[in-house]
Amino acid sequence: MMRSHLVNLVVFSFLVSTVFATLLRDTTRERLKFGAYAFAAFVLSTLVIGWITNPFPR
Amino acid sequence: MSESRAVAATRDASRTVTSGLLAWVWPGLGHLYLGRFGKGLVLMGSILALFVLGVLMDSRLQLHPGLEDPLALLFSAAQMGVGAPYVLARLLGFEAGLVKSPTYEYGNTFTAVAGLLNILVLLDALDTARGVKNR
Repeated sequence: MMRSHLVNLVVFSFLVSTVFATLLRDTTRERLKFGAYAFAAFVLSTLVIGWITNPFPR
Repeated sequence: MSESRAVAATRDASRTVTSGLLAWVWPGLGHLYLGRFGKGLVLMGSILALFVLGVLMDSRLQLHPGLEDPLALLFSAAQMGVGAPYVLARLLGFEAGLVKSPTYEYGNTFTAVAGLLNILVLLDALDTARGVKNR
């Protein structure tokens, strides 16, 4: 199940961002904003690192 | 200290310990005990989803109690942070994992992070019980 790297990344980022936002912010609005920011940071940073490391062999 | 204050202090300490224990035993249960229903349910759903997905992705849940492999010990401790779901998964026969599975490493990451996040949730429940956090 879930062999797609991208799907794994998105699901993981969503769930972890949800927990962080719930713990670190107090209002629903702040949680949504922080959660969206954390989710975007997780996904984008992983894609950027993936691009940077792409030319290197395993 | 008056008798009523002593009783209240004992009750507060008992509430703090109970919420901490419940938070470790089952993700989100500490917050539900403290009356933070929305927060507890969101945390429970997210952490259980991470852990269950990790187990379904063939994560290994074996214990490493010795010090001969410190990293494996830390990894076990991280997974055990999720509490009863870890024990349940082992009892249901998911402890071995499947090293050859393409999702094995993803599964390990999901289960370990679920346990580590539950430790943060436990600390948050303790802070909430002690009145350090109001929400």
